Amino acid sequence: MNNATPLTSQQYVLRKLLRHRSATIGASIILFFVIVAIFAPLIATHDPRHANIVERLKGWSDTHYLGTDGVGRDIFSRIVYGTRISLKVGLIAMSFSIGFGTFFGAIAGYYGGKLDNLIMRVMDMMLAMPSILLAMVIVTILGQSLTNAIIAVSIVYIPQYARILRAAVLKVRELDYVVAARGIGASNGRILLTTVLPNCIAPLIVQATLGIGAAILDAAGLSFLGLGAEIGEPEWGAMLNENRKFIRRVPLAVTAPGIAIFLIVLGFNLLGDALRDALDPQID
Amino acid sequence: MKLLQVNDLRKYFPIQKGIFQRTIGYVKAVDGISFDVQRGETLGLVGESGCGKTTAGRCLLRLIPPTSGSFIFGEEAVDLAKLTHNEMRPYRRRIQMIFQDPHASLNPRMTVGDIVGEPMRVNRTEKGTALQDRIVELLESVGLRSQDTRRYPHAFSGGQRQRIGIARALALQPELIVADEPVSALDVSVQAQILNLLAELREKFQLSYIFIAHDLSVVEHISDRVAVMYLGKIVEISDAETLYQSPKHPYTEALISAVPLPDPSAQRKREHIRLEGDVPDPSQPPTGCYFHPRCRYATDICKQETPELRQVASGVQVACHHSDTLALQGV
Repeated sequence: MNNATPLTSQQYVLRKLLRHRSATIGASIILFFVIVAIFAPLIATHDPRHANIVERLKGWSDTHYLGTDGVGRDIFSRIVYGTRISLKVGLIAMSFSIGFGTFFGAIAGYYGGKLDNLIMRVMDMMLAMPSILLAMVIVTILGQSLTNAIIAVSIVYIPQYARILRAAVLKVRELDYVVAARGIGASNGRILLTTVLPNCIAPLIVQATLGIGAAILDAAGLSFLGLGAEIGEPEWGAMLNENRKFIRRVPLAVTAPGIAIFLIVLGFNLLGDALRDALDPQID
Repeated sequence: MKLLQVNDLRKYFPIQKGIFQRTIGYVKAVDGISFDVQRGETLGLVGESGCGKTTAGRCLLRLIPPTSGSFIFGEEAVDLAKLTHNEMRPYRRRIQMIFQDPHASLNPRMTVGDIVGEPMRVNRTEKGTALQDRIVELLESVGLRSQDTRRYPHAFSGGQRQRIGIARALALQPELIVADEPVSALDVSVQAQILNLLAELREKFQLSYIFIAHDLSVVEHISDRVAVMYLGKIVEISDAETLYQSPKHPYTEALISAVPLPDPSAQRKREHIRLEGDVPDPSQPPTGCYFHPRCRYATDICKQETPELRQVASGVQVACHHSDTLALQGV
């Protein structure tokens, strides 16, 4: 601790993160998928949308690493391109839900009173419905497309973040250092942004990592039900649905997208867990 | 020269019940206290927990809104209790606070430099390198080192954290500091260091303190005058020396007898006054003098009439029916 040049907070967090084993594993998995997504055209061996009916339902071989599906599309290439869709869905959906959830939760918790009641009762109404059902209703209203599936998943997860943040804000706003910030004349907005929110981040990060996984799962679920990605798109959930009829003939066609979903969710969860430890100044 | 005059400060917390939040009563946390603080003076505010001393301190800084009362502040004689949030801004700089718990009063996600610099950033008094220099200067004036700026509060001990809190309170060059039990969470040896630091800073920056404590021995060292509070009211106020040597209120006498003496033989010989019972529920205070159920000198008049705070000697005010006839024991 008594170095000649003390670390800045960012350096300190980064150093703790690099020493954390689940951070390394989780980050490696995510990095792997990110690289796959970026270089998908170079990695894929076939056009993921090109059907070749002669080659349908083949097992793994030198030309088709993971075999082909019911219309003869290369499963390996579809999984590679599917990475792009899943990462996009997870990140966009999470950013939206965190953004809106944080906003509503922070306002409700900090200002309290009638506003709090109004916001949280609306959130309760949304939480009363199963998330996949609510998402299906939203997609049905908006129409079937991947974009609408992302919007639906984003909306569905807002209440969770709002509740977590409100609870954290309620706890933090009564602490002496918030009173101290008021005492030096800081405005409510400044207190909320510089003093209250940074101390509410740990529970949010835990929820966000589980949430990215959940968002990817839910979007895959919507696609599986035919409410997400358009027909023929290389989306993992849609692939599961298309190929499930052939599970006995070509098991890889179903297990491969399943394993991909599992791995990407695992990666985000491991990283988030490590981030929580790294951001907590009490854990060295 | 008078810096602050508090008149009839009251803070009632409503007790609400039921789904319609009907008010069924009030907790009179602070029930009409008046006192003044001279420039450069330290006023000790003493009482048991729950007597309203912290509430009174927080009302003064307008951290919680007072129910009624006026705070006449400074040469311009502004009534701080009447100001709106925005009008209060320039005065916030002139009254600062030191908190009781040094583990709760510092934001754990800010570095020490950010914590001490925050008041100046919020009020735009300094920026850039001037701000950095000022932060170092403040830290050094409370006995910390310049390289501590980039460390986080959790890396410091209780006493060091309290020094950080003091540096933050000094950042805006205030005239008055409300110190809310600044040493009660610290070890005895560290308490002395912090008290000495506060006394030293008072000379250096011409500060005035309102020093809140539950322990007369702590207040004794630093206060010029002492106000003793009981159940939301001031029962005695006088200069420190007179208060310790010849208390006029039975409650003050009891508090003084609880202060340990340095000489063990004197300590053994001294009569120890043990107060019976607890502080009464402030939502249902006793009739007459609030102290009468625990007072060993209480008579019938104490149960019926509430004694007013009255002047009994120059600079000595007391709220007791029998203050003229009682010969109470001091130190």
